[in-house]
Amino acid sequence: MDIIVCVKRVPDVAEAEVDIDSSGRGIQLGTLGYVINEWDNFAVEAAVSLVEAHGGKVTAVTVGGEDDEDVLRRALAMGADEALHLTDPVFEGSDSFGIAGILSQAVADIPYDLLLTGAVSGDVGGGRVGPMLAAMAGIPHVCLATELSVEGSTARVRHEVEGGLERVVELDLPALVTVQTGMNEPRYVSVLGIRKAGRKPLRTAGTAEIGLDPDTVGPAAVRVRIDEMFLPPRGEGAEILAGNDEDTVAALVDRLRQQGGI
Amino acid sequence: MADFVGVDFYEMDEMLSDEQRLVRDTVRKFIQDKALPIIEDHQREGTFPISLLPVIAEMGLLGAHIPDYGAGMDALAYGLIMQELERGDTGIRSFASVQGGLCMYPIWRYGSDEQKDEWLPRMDAGEVIACFGLTEPDAGSDPSAMRTRAERDGDDWVLNGVKYWITNGTLAHLAVIWAMTDDGVRGFLVPTDTPGFTANQIKAKYSLRASDTAGLVMEGCRVPEALRLPLAEGLKAPLTCLNEARYGIAWGAIGAAMACYDEALRYAQVRVAFGRPIAGKQLIQEMLVECVSEITKAQLLCWRLALLKDEGKAHPAYISLAKRNNVAMARNTARMCREILGANGILDDYQTFRHMVNIESVYTYEGTHQIHTLIVGQKITGESAF
Repeated sequence: MDIIVCVKRVPDVAEAEVDIDSSGRGIQLGTLGYVINEWDNFAVEAAVSLVEAHGGKVTAVTVGGEDDEDVLRRALAMGADEALHLTDPVFEGSDSFGIAGILSQAVADIPYDLLLTGAVSGDVGGGRVGPMLAAMAGIPHVCLATELSVEGSTARVRHEVEGGLERVVELDLPALVTVQTGMNEPRYVSVLGIRKAGRKPLRTAGTAEIGLDPDTVGPAAVRVRIDEMFLPPRGEGAEILAGNDEDTVAALVDRLRQQGGI
Repeated sequence: MADFVGVDFYEMDEMLSDEQRLVRDTVRKFIQDKALPIIEDHQREGTFPISLLPVIAEMGLLGAHIPDYGAGMDALAYGLIMQELERGDTGIRSFASVQGGLCMYPIWRYGSDEQKDEWLPRMDAGEVIACFGLTEPDAGSDPSAMRTRAERDGDDWVLNGVKYWITNGTLAHLAVIWAMTDDGVRGFLVPTDTPGFTANQIKAKYSLRASDTAGLVMEGCRVPEALRLPLAEGLKAPLTCLNEARYGIAWGAIGAAMACYDEALRYAQVRVAFGRPIAGKQLIQEMLVECVSEITKAQLLCWRLALLKDEGKAHPAYISLAKRNNVAMARNTARMCREILGANGILDDYQTFRHMVNIESVYTYEGTHQIHTLIVGQKITGESAF
């Protein structure tokens, strides 16, 4: 079974203080570290363990600049067999639709049974690329998967639906599944894996190699423009308890008692 | 609080390969996610966080620098692993140093093929924990004064003696014991369930609390000749192992210093006194600048040392210089950072004090600061001052 897993390198904003940049349309990247998108990490683990169980090949794909190659090396170190780095100056500034277009054009040349992506990305959290890519590739998809197994030419997926419910669905392969965090326990990359990764094929391709019309990507092709980005306004009704630990804990217990929390 | 991103004032990341960076970042994340949440509990209880071992082994950190049996990483990547482990705690780095540098290394270098095949894969996998028995209660800096004896008796050797300050001592399944014979010092692989072998934990420690430190007693401990390391002859063999471990310590000290500096810097940026963050006070800035200067110098030392080591040109005195400098640096850095943290610096809500007391052990073990002074002194003057 051949699996393509789409991965992305994102600024690590999970626990960082985030500020808006001078354009007012993005965040200050400054000292932020970069990591593999958390959801993609689960997707890579899912891909690698499926192939370990069923045989086949995992190809990791990313769209981005030179520094984004890190995320592919990491996927290779986790156990992916090959990597494809889609990189071209004209890709920069593409929106989700543009990115999905690049990916769909690139994967058209690669045989696969399953396409995996993270359910969302940790930077913007739109969750759009996966479903768009499925539509462009003309294959069925399911989002927010929490379990995934494959039997023959069918994928069985448990996934989250609204209202805290979950559902189990079956899809004919090839199909696309977007992976929710918690689906598995992503392995730590081993140093031996990192050594092996250096010897695995990592191919780069731009518009010419994948046969993509450059006019469909980049800022000029953007269909959704960001007008403004801002931090959430400070909420009202929040109370910060001051004092030493003993007093604040006593005050907190008091509040919880009054509000019926305990 | 934002995750630790390292200290890299001189943009040394650029000098690392993708592979080295990935190794570093992977260990860094492991320490952040798995070690830091539990380390203070182990510090309080005085226990090694053994629950981390399966992942440490799965990541291949134990024999990372051992060719054929481990991942065979280059010296720089190995150093970065040690740095990140000690960023978590000296006890975690010490465990890995002992298992890899002091125990897997001598088996790989001085052992028979049968010994390598029997022990190294299981040690790399963390299934066999090992300890290194050289130091004795009355023989530390001068190991030639060791009293532990091994007497030949037919096809066996009979060991008698006491080893002390032995990291991993009570956890170990295998002890690499150095003992005096009629032909000089020899190394023995002693399974810890051998009759006559006992390990007793040293509990009342202020420092290295999240590490297993023990005294080993051997009374008529009988091991076959097949468990003697055939290529280890004389004191040079264990000293060569120490060189491996000292190299890792030079890197580890940077990790401990980074942890303290990172904590103190963040604290100084939010702690307000006289109306503004103390990071904006001259006295605090001077301390922070001192810390970052010394960390940067230590990084450059280690970077060069790593390249020399891979070229087979790292003279033991070069390693001594780096161990001596970097551990003293970490000791000073930890103390300054403790000062910056003010009264909070004595709480275990902050990690600096833990590193500060840990470094006291590192300052003294694997060649005291003074012994390394004498090794470098001898190298530059040609005169032994031991």
